[in-house]
Amino acid sequence: MAEDILKLIQENVIQGRITKDDEGFEEGMAGQPGVTELVEAALVQKIDPQDIISKGLTKGMEIVGQKFEAKEYFIPDMLAAAQAVGAAMDILEPHLAGTGIKAKGKIIVATVKGDLHDIGKNIVSILLRGAGYTVKDLGNDIDTSTIVEAVREEQPQLLGLSALLISTMANMADVIQALNDAGLRDKVKVIIGGAPVSEDFAKSIGADGYGADGFNAVRVVESLFDAGSA
Amino acid sequence: MPREGILVRTPYERITDEQVQQIHHASMEILSDPGLISFNKDAAEIFRSNGADVTTVSSGDNPSWLIRIPEELVLSAVDSTNKTVKLGARNLENILVMKGDEPRVFFITGSETNTWLDVDFQTYVRKSEPATEIRVPEFHPRRGTVADLCKSAHVCEHLQTVDGYIRTVNIQDKDITEDNKDVNKFFASLNNTTKHVMSGLTSLHQLDNVVRMAELIVGGKEQLKENPIISFITCLVKSPLQFVEDTTDTFIEVCRRGLPVVVSSSPQAGTSAPIRESGIMAQINAEVLAGITLSQLVNKGTPVLYGSVPVRARMDTLGDSYGSVETSQYNIDCVQMARFYKIPNYSTSGVCDAKIPGQQSSIGRLFSDLVVTLSGPQFLHCAYGLLDCNAIFCLLQAVLDDAHFQMIKFLLKPALIGEKEISETLTQIREVVATPQKMYIRHIRPVMRSGEISPPYPFEGDLASDNVFALAYERMNELLAKPVEHIDSITTSKIFQEIPGLLPRLNVYEGRS
Repeated sequence: MAEDILKLIQENVIQGRITKDDEGFEEGMAGQPGVTELVEAALVQKIDPQDIISKGLTKGMEIVGQKFEAKEYFIPDMLAAAQAVGAAMDILEPHLAGTGIKAKGKIIVATVKGDLHDIGKNIVSILLRGAGYTVKDLGNDIDTSTIVEAVREEQPQLLGLSALLISTMANMADVIQALNDAGLRDKVKVIIGGAPVSEDFAKSIGADGYGADGFNAVRVVESLFDAGSA
Repeated sequence: MPREGILVRTPYERITDEQVQQIHHASMEILSDPGLISFNKDAAEIFRSNGADVTTVSSGDNPSWLIRIPEELVLSAVDSTNKTVKLGARNLENILVMKGDEPRVFFITGSETNTWLDVDFQTYVRKSEPATEIRVPEFHPRRGTVADLCKSAHVCEHLQTVDGYIRTVNIQDKDITEDNKDVNKFFASLNNTTKHVMSGLTSLHQLDNVVRMAELIVGGKEQLKENPIISFITCLVKSPLQFVEDTTDTFIEVCRRGLPVVVSSSPQAGTSAPIRESGIMAQINAEVLAGITLSQLVNKGTPVLYGSVPVRARMDTLGDSYGSVETSQYNIDCVQMARFYKIPNYSTSGVCDAKIPGQQSSIGRLFSDLVVTLSGPQFLHCAYGLLDCNAIFCLLQAVLDDAHFQMIKFLLKPALIGEKEISETLTQIREVVATPQKMYIRHIRPVMRSGEISPPYPFEGDLASDNVFALAYERMNELLAKPVEHIDSITTSKIFQEIPGLLPRLNVYEGRS
């Protein structure tokens, strides 16, 4: 019984179906329970949240990753699956307390002051949540002081900053300087991304990493966490 | 099911209905005054016996006649043409049905070039950084051969957007003569593509051999009438306003056999036609109508295409400038004139002035291919692979052209806007704006694999590199490695027994047990 529901969770992650209203690739899926309904049903059946994550969600994402590598799946497929996993994690989070299971890490993301362009930041946010991180998205056009305060209060291991405009990318340097001034810089790793920025720019402003695109950003985050520096 | 082509639902029209009428009336005037000079006696006689005013201009070795064609004779001929022309094919799924009043476009290759452009890739090392290497294509021109023609037909068989085949290269092998060229070029084409094959004729004496070959392939005379797998293009008119002796002979004989034929005129604005649009249009329309009239006088109901290959002169050399914007304008005008008469149009695009594939070639051909397609000709001779006007053919360029015709076809797909779509969209918008991230990405998925999303450019390079030529070259070789559905062995054997002059090396079954 437990195996059946975990298999269904896995399949629905692959299909990127969050709720019963979502269509999948295959005909006739609409109306059948999606990942969120299945996770709730699994919790009712007292299935261990650890199994829901590892045998349902993570296994499903692994298969999605393989399909992406094989060019069978495209970025919208990855994002849909990641969104489904993110929605499932929202349901599971309260149940993880006291189980000894920890989220992979906590990340704050924000688009810096003066910049309303947040598609890239949103994609990164979805992918990170799908990869098992707890992500707090501050939104776009965010004051430097607001970002610093969020870091102080939430104590994330990693901060992700995005900008699309040449005129706003300098605000990323301001955030890093403000973290320094607040004595928080050594407590949080900073990665940046966005069309006008580069690896060189990241180094020049003292960031710890640069994500060239959404998937690259997840890899950079993983490597920073694996290295124990985040 | 015949090929679908692409229907242009709202064709681009360059000239107004009033301007169409003005050109029509000017053409009628031209046909009666000054009329046409015919260097072909039969044409003069045919017009005379049908009520045209024909007078001898000169006699002796190079006789000529002045033909003044009354408007009613032209209009009666236009009236008697088939408004639907069917071009058959070895594979019945490749048949083309062209209706004069329906702007459904079919993309066809051609024309005959003397030079075949080989491609290979050389590796260059950067002087300042020897570890950096780049691969650069090099192009090597040489005289075209029958083997090249087979290769070209083979690749065009597999190019998705190619609807029909006009031979792309003039076969100039040592054992090709004027007496065997036609049978060999038709056989090489027909044996390597199952699509429709159109060609000009080098020698009238070969017409019956070519027709007989086609009959053997489809199973007989009646079958060829039903499924005309071959058709002809004849430049019977030399601009300005002259019926040429030999090509008019060919034209008359093709009409007598009732096979589809293109009446083609190719005036050059500035030299053989007036430089202004009004002038070249009035003249080319008169020239094509004269040919169409002759076709119907020879054999009423002959399936005929209104063939227009207008071009503007280059100002530096007075050679052809197919890449000029005016050339596209003239072609669009001709499409409108043909539609006015409800006769399927043979139009031209993609012929460019560049001598090798590259940026000029891409820009020139894509521009004219796009705008002329939008005007809705039925038979678009769109010069796959042609360079240097119509002097050079490059198979790599043909593969590149196929990619941009895929884009053009996608552009012309009907818009999916209706009550159902609007209703679904409103639901989607309300749903997405209520989410924190406000992204529609999830909704891409249902349409991603349904063909509603255009594919990426197939020769896109990685990162900052431009690998278009290298990737297209790979694609070309993939297509050449694909099998071709040749004419079956029994029919091939009959053809080689009955049709004289075929080169034994073209028999793909020879030497096989």
